[in-house]
Amino acid sequence: MTETLLAVLRPFAEIAGSPAFFIEVLIGGVCAGLMYSLVALGFVLIFKASGVFNFAQGVMVLFAALTLVGLLERGVPLALALPVTMAVMVALAFAIERMVLRPLVNQPQIILFMATIGMNFFLEGLGEMAWGANVKKLDVGIPDKSFMVKGVQINQLELVAALTAAVLVTVLAVFFQRTRIGRALRAVADDHEAALSIGIPLKTIWVVVWSVAGLVAIVAGIMWGAKSGVQFSLSLIALKALPVLILGGFESVPGAILGGLIIGVGEKIGEVYWGPLVGGAIENWFAYVLALAFLLIRPQGLFGEKIIERV
Amino acid sequence: MIYREAGQFKTTYASDQAIFPIVQDRVFVALFALAAFVAVPLVANEYWLQAVLIPFLIYALAAIGLNLLTGYAGQLSLGTGGFMAVGAYAAFKLTTAFPALNILIVFPLAGLVAAGVGLVFGIPSLRIKGFYLAVATLAAQFFLIWLFNKVPWFVNYASSGTITAPPRSLFGVMLTGPQATAGVRYLVALSMVVVFALVAKNLVRGRVGRSWMAIRDRDIAAEIIGVRPMRTKLLAFGISSFYCGIAGAEFVFLYLGSAETLAFDIGLSFLVLFMVIIGGLGSVLGSFLGAAFIVLVPIFLTNAPHTLGFNLPVALQKQIELMVFGGLIIFFLIVEPRGLARLWQITKEKLRLWPFPH
Amino acid sequence: MKTLVITLLALAVALGPTAGPTLAQDKSVFIPLLVYRTGPYAPSGIPIANGFVDYFTMLNERDGGINGVKVAWEECETQYDTKQGVECYERLKGKGGGALIVNPYSTGITYQLIPKAQVDKLVVFSMGYGMSAASDGRWFPWVFNFPTNYWSQASAVIRYIGTQESGLDKLKGKKIAHIFHNSPYGKEANPTLEDLAKKHGFELTQLAVDHPGQEQKSTWLQVRRLNPDWIFMSGWGVMNQVAVKEAAAIGFKMDHFIGNWWSANDSDVVPAGDGAKGYKGATFHAPGTNFKVHAEVVKFVYDKGKAVGKKEEMGAPLYNRGLVNAMLSAEAIRTAMGKFGNKPLTGEQVRWGFENLNLTDQRLEQLGMKGFTHPVKVTCEDHEGNGPILVQQWDGKKWNIVSDWVAPMRDVVRPKIEAAAVDEGKKLGYTIRDCSKEK
Repeated sequence: MTETLLAVLRPFAEIAGSPAFFIEVLIGGVCAGLMYSLVALGFVLIFKASGVFNFAQGVMVLFAALTLVGLLERGVPLALALPVTMAVMVALAFAIERMVLRPLVNQPQIILFMATIGMNFFLEGLGEMAWGANVKKLDVGIPDKSFMVKGVQINQLELVAALTAAVLVTVLAVFFQRTRIGRALRAVADDHEAALSIGIPLKTIWVVVWSVAGLVAIVAGIMWGAKSGVQFSLSLIALKALPVLILGGFESVPGAILGGLIIGVGEKIGEVYWGPLVGGAIENWFAYVLALAFLLIRPQGLFGEKIIERV
Repeated sequence: MIYREAGQFKTTYASDQAIFPIVQDRVFVALFALAAFVAVPLVANEYWLQAVLIPFLIYALAAIGLNLLTGYAGQLSLGTGGFMAVGAYAAFKLTTAFPALNILIVFPLAGLVAAGVGLVFGIPSLRIKGFYLAVATLAAQFFLIWLFNKVPWFVNYASSGTITAPPRSLFGVMLTGPQATAGVRYLVALSMVVVFALVAKNLVRGRVGRSWMAIRDRDIAAEIIGVRPMRTKLLAFGISSFYCGIAGAEFVFLYLGSAETLAFDIGLSFLVLFMVIIGGLGSVLGSFLGAAFIVLVPIFLTNAPHTLGFNLPVALQKQIELMVFGGLIIFFLIVEPRGLARLWQITKEKLRLWPFPH
Repeated sequence: MKTLVITLLALAVALGPTAGPTLAQDKSVFIPLLVYRTGPYAPSGIPIANGFVDYFTMLNERDGGINGVKVAWEECETQYDTKQGVECYERLKGKGGGALIVNPYSTGITYQLIPKAQVDKLVVFSMGYGMSAASDGRWFPWVFNFPTNYWSQASAVIRYIGTQESGLDKLKGKKIAHIFHNSPYGKEANPTLEDLAKKHGFELTQLAVDHPGQEQKSTWLQVRRLNPDWIFMSGWGVMNQVAVKEAAAIGFKMDHFIGNWWSANDSDVVPAGDGAKGYKGATFHAPGTNFKVHAEVVKFVYDKGKAVGKKEEMGAPLYNRGLVNAMLSAEAIRTAMGKFGNKPLTGEQVRWGFENLNLTDQRLEQLGMKGFTHPVKVTCEDHEGNGPILVQQWDGKKWNIVSDWVAPMRDVVRPKIEAAAVDEGKKLGYTIRDCSKEK
């Protein structure tokens, strides 16, 4: 018993013994967490404005990255490939609004969720048919190298990714708070019938928000694609974004960031220090359990809208 | 025989409350059962039994289980794969520890173990709702799979790290293991699913089912009229996991023969959820229809180009299959969001007027 | 609208899985190919399948098949998924007069098929993967995993590290990390490595990476803390690409990082770019296209426009693995024909051919594969052949062989195999057969 207790406590001594390494773990966690946030953001945007839990977000990330890399591989310069990819994602948003959302308006959330799963299959098949299943290298011009600061190793690529995520969130926050369309989006999110009645065009809003989610998917696709190469496993990162999403709350942009940080740092510390006690590879479920623990205290996520129940 | 209920009078409560109140329905069901139990094992070849019908029956059982939880009690769960794994590993441990124990008893026992685990992971549902709960059940999914993968005791310290269905027989007939014929395994799976579907049907018509639906439709209101949310929700988790556990045990013992934890990954959880939604939430029949859709459509799409004489490369064929499958899901949801079970109901109503609609 | 839907559905159910056309002719040997050309593992699956098909096409075009009997095959897409693998197996096993050999190309599907294949009387050929215990042919007559298996590979890699450190005795006190895919496949090498760590006194750390392995920051943080002398990796899919990239990013000595033979393909190193330079991998055949057999394949397959893949993708390690796999299957069938005559064979006859396969250096030379892979001799007891491995290294553009043939430690591995075979065999209700009675 005491031995178990000692084993559980020993990692604290390790942390105290090597603070530089602990800081490295922290930074690793922060960077990984922000990478999750990038994916989670796409979910949040769509859920906020249309109440759809978009299962296809992971595939959208994949689709965006595939399109970009596919164009680059065919010799299209980046300056052209990027706008074309953006155009493709916007076109996708139009198609989704027209063919999926509009016919299913006012259906229960779970039906819309299922519809996005259908989209998931469709896009997976389409992406592979168009661009092939091979692993493609994505070079964004940032060397994946590390540098040392006072005995702490920092990875350049991850640093850039983290900064990108931070910038993206700021831009989105400003977009939601300050612009006319952003306010309209918030109005739709609050009550779409009331928004309709004061003349906010619901269909346009949906197209806009799915387009923005598509653009976020491009950023996430580039960052993750630079890490692992662009390939079909990219769509699976959605699973890493889910604990972030519930922790932060489905409707909150800052929640996605804070959730990402908590999950990223939490799972890295858990895995590096306590993982070896039970044989390692605990990250996947540890993230979910961490999120669950927070949920038990706040069932709507950290920044989720307060659930008001009426009979 | 024209589908009419005119002239069929119900003179007792029992006949009024029958699952199939109309004579034609009863005849149809009886014929169907006869075909399933007698004709199919005689005519179906091994491909049909092994690759189509056995997985269909097992998925149907799992889908009924999830439908009880999600469709009737309104608790969205993505932990089905994990609970099925509990059933599979429990059955493996039980039958290797007590080889004399009849395998048909092992299955329900494995289901009970899964029910216990389901109860534990159902506790968060008392506080968390909707998609938040769905993602929270993923914690169960990932944790359970990790556990079975990590602890060698679950696989009896096998060097392969997999569980294998050992040969078990009943009255001299092999039910599981490599020597068991597909026909026998089909009949076992069919009997199980018929029994438990009837149990489920009666469960949801009774007190338990009504309290589930009350919780689903408006939990606070249900609480006020005296439905105890804790007991009801946990019961739903327990019974649902019981069904999933049995399905998981069958998945290894009757279908795959041998499995690693990857067979129970998150993909399986989603697959069963698709079946429930496509088939129709809150419908036992829908669970069967949904399982049929998810099992048959991809197989049909794989074989269709061949049958029609196109010879496509396998990769292209798979891609087209994915696209068509995804498209079909969206199409069906648009046509009838309440699932295939609702379509079936509509058909029946049409049939009552046919051929004289006016 | 709704009637239409119902009709469609009814049609779907009715038309459904009727058997496709049989491509095989009467006078041929039929081999089902379970491939994965789509999905997350397609980058590995495509080159294997291409190599396989190209070799058989070449045999048919050049020699009219094996000893004049055409080879027929049909591909079936599994997406590396066990359930789809079962469907494929059931669909293809009866075709073309009965399938003879099945190559599952997935450890999960192999485990599925081992019990089934014995009943259906067809050979499971899991070349260098699948169940290591099946190397004991006395318990598993229908399963073959030559030229070598995971356990032999792990021991050979340790021997190679020993030679790099100038002697196995120098391993004492060295730190070796094993990074593995957290699945039965990834864990295969663990017990062997543990035994060797005890025997040679090196410090072994096992680091699990959970499926799929997209995010490995914590694993590589642990590597940073541990600072091992060598890393051995049993990875799969996206895990490989990320691991190679992370190793490069933390500045680990890439020439001290060795992947197993499923972790060292072109697709695994390309995303890391220059960072992957120096990364090593175990293999049991050479990479590249500098062999006579490649010239023949180009001449009879690519130049005739019968190829499925691209010419510049030839020579990748996994493509060459497909070639070797097809060659070994063909040679086993040829061995069987030597006894039973040049005609379509039964599963039992082909099994005999596999069990009596003796691939010599001369034969390899005739096949245009001298130096491409190692001679192998299969016996009733030994379905593994205990073949040696090579170590290949990535130079930023292609793989080069950087070692001689490294023999596995049979004295360590074989007793473990035999013990495991008893366990696994008994689980399936098998009994041991007496090899002295086999002719």
